Amino acid sequence: MTVIVSQLFTGVSIGAVLLLIALGLSLTFGQMGVINMAHGEFIMAGAYTVYVLQKVITNAGWSLLVALPLAFAVAGAMGMLLEFLLIRRLYARPLDTLLVTWGVSLILQQLARDIFGAPNVQTRAPDRLTGNIQITDDLVLSNNRLFILTLALLAVAALTVVLRFSSLGRRIRAVVQNRDLAAVSGIPTGRVDRLTFFIGSGLAGVAGVALTLLGPIGPTMGTNVIIDAFLVVVAGGIGHLKGSVIVAFSLGTLHSLIEYSTTVSVAKVGVFVAIVAFLQWRPQGMFTLRTRSLA
Amino acid sequence: MLDFRGRWKAALLPLAAVVALSACGSKTGENETVGGAVADTSGDTVKVGLLNSLSGTMAISEVTVRDSIKLAVEEINASGGVLGKKIEPISEDGASDWPTFAEKAEKLIREDKVAAVFGCWTSASRKAVKPVFEENKALLFYPVQYEGLEQSPYIFYTGATTNQQIVPGLEYLKSQGKTSVYLVGSDYVFPRTANKIIKAYAQANGMTVLGEDYAPLGSTEFGTIVNKVKASKASAVFNTLNGDSNVAFFKEYKSAGLTAASMPVVSVSIAEEEVKSIGTQYLDGQLTAWNYYQTTPGAANDKFVKAYKAKYGQDKPTSDPMEAAYVSVYLWKAMVEKAGGFEVEKVKAAADGVTFEAPEGLVTIDGATQHIYKTARIGKVGSDGLITEVWNSGQPVKPDPYLKGYPWATGLS
Repeated sequence: MTVIVSQLFTGVSIGAVLLLIALGLSLTFGQMGVINMAHGEFIMAGAYTVYVLQKVITNAGWSLLVALPLAFAVAGAMGMLLEFLLIRRLYARPLDTLLVTWGVSLILQQLARDIFGAPNVQTRAPDRLTGNIQITDDLVLSNNRLFILTLALLAVAALTVVLRFSSLGRRIRAVVQNRDLAAVSGIPTGRVDRLTFFIGSGLAGVAGVALTLLGPIGPTMGTNVIIDAFLVVVAGGIGHLKGSVIVAFSLGTLHSLIEYSTTVSVAKVGVFVAIVAFLQWRPQGMFTLRTRSLA
Repeated sequence: MLDFRGRWKAALLPLAAVVALSACGSKTGENETVGGAVADTSGDTVKVGLLNSLSGTMAISEVTVRDSIKLAVEEINASGGVLGKKIEPISEDGASDWPTFAEKAEKLIREDKVAAVFGCWTSASRKAVKPVFEENKALLFYPVQYEGLEQSPYIFYTGATTNQQIVPGLEYLKSQGKTSVYLVGSDYVFPRTANKIIKAYAQANGMTVLGEDYAPLGSTEFGTIVNKVKASKASAVFNTLNGDSNVAFFKEYKSAGLTAASMPVVSVSIAEEEVKSIGTQYLDGQLTAWNYYQTTPGAANDKFVKAYKAKYGQDKPTSDPMEAAYVSVYLWKAMVEKAGGFEVEKVKAAADGVTFEAPEGLVTIDGATQHIYKTARIGKVGSDGLITEVWNSGQPVKPDPYLKGYPWATGLS
């Protein structure tokens, strides 16, 4: 029994990681239909922010707390720069943005190799986050995964609040629902796009900070997670956060439950098969926008 | 739109271009001899090939091997070269992609006409290039510990085979009373073969294998595997993960509350360089099975470590595969000098009995198996990031890639 519970916890925490990775992407993909293949590299930028910061702030706990907003700003700025220089010239050309952002991701990876070196780098996690809470003999909840779960839920809550209650959020939702009508109504769509990209990429940076607690930090870490991020966004449906949330946690749990009785490879295959089957039945994703536009 | 004739011309032009290009790129013309590549030793330099992953998931490990080979080449050139010729190293990037390794090996042998190639790391890359070297009758020096059960006539193995690394690791665990093990590995040929050997040893020696789990190469999600390891209550873990996976595995291991004291992990792919990228926070006290550590005592090692740090940086550690790669260049030089020439068949015939005072101790080539005698050493990761020996096999161990000398291993090869 406790085995199922601890596997559920593992699944939920895998889901939380997926959610953090995909949250920013659901905003940029949903907002502009821009397929940003460099999203993984913004995650990498967030992780390297922790590494660089730890050279200045030696206390691991403080460095993590400072790294969260700093990574948000750094990755967000990179996203905004990408949008301003390249992506805004390529609207209504999704294949071109895919190729261009793929190229940007390769450039960013090589930049990371040139600045930090090809081998992985290490970061110190605060001691409190390397321990765990022992509930029973067999059920152990590791602190770093609890931290990431909290971080993911906070990020979703913050994003929901911004989107629902702030004027920026209202403008973002207007542009997502009907770009032309929003532009005609006087909303500066260019500026809204840039700010959305800022927030989406900033969330990727925060995901990067979370990933330093779990895995390797190196130039190719973004490529490990980008496919999963797109899977969550596509299956969750574009334009709705709750789709991504539900899909992320479902996939995480599915993955860990399959993995327990078989192997990692079978679990990955199982998750892919589930997504393909789901998309066959519901190609628009779990939740879609119902709009009156003719497009 | 073009008219009829124009369209024909438009179609023929690219067709002609394709035919012309394919004629340029053909690998085997009717006039060349297939098999039996001849090294170009006409000038006053001799070319050697370096084949390592300089990018991708294996770069973290393989770049340092390339650097050690370059150091050896420089030292040899400074003292006069091989048979009076300076060595010219040609470095190619396998990019952690096995077909690329085979492609680059072919290029080094056929186009650059190298006298020997030094490199590869994963068994997958070695298996991919093995037919290339055998077909072309060219020499590969392979410097990494591997799963054995191989003895190619055109490969010299300067890394440990299983009876020089894995079996001593198991013997050490048994001597410490850790008789139940859990096996965790990356999903490719080395861990799968290694685990078969471990299971055979365990059965014959009263140890139990409580579980066996594989993660794809590069996988970074170990929550479930560590849960299983913890639930098994094994007394030790035998870890054959490779690359990025090790980082994620040890971070997860520590989070689950498992320590080197309660459930030690013996790793065969974590050396000083990997310790740096994982962090002693996660590795303190864990065990490794190798034949060389930066801390191994001896004059030859002091000289090697000093020279490496002087060339590449004081913060760079030296590890077993780096040392084995360094040694392989010197062994090739000794073989060539004994043979009196660079021709592959002569060099091979001269190999048996060639020795070298290596940083790991005196090594001797065993001509029959084309492996070298190596002392097995078990080490512990310290808080300073270096690995210190806690046990060694005393005498250098004779290489036995097919485990013919071990009765419990019959039926494995």
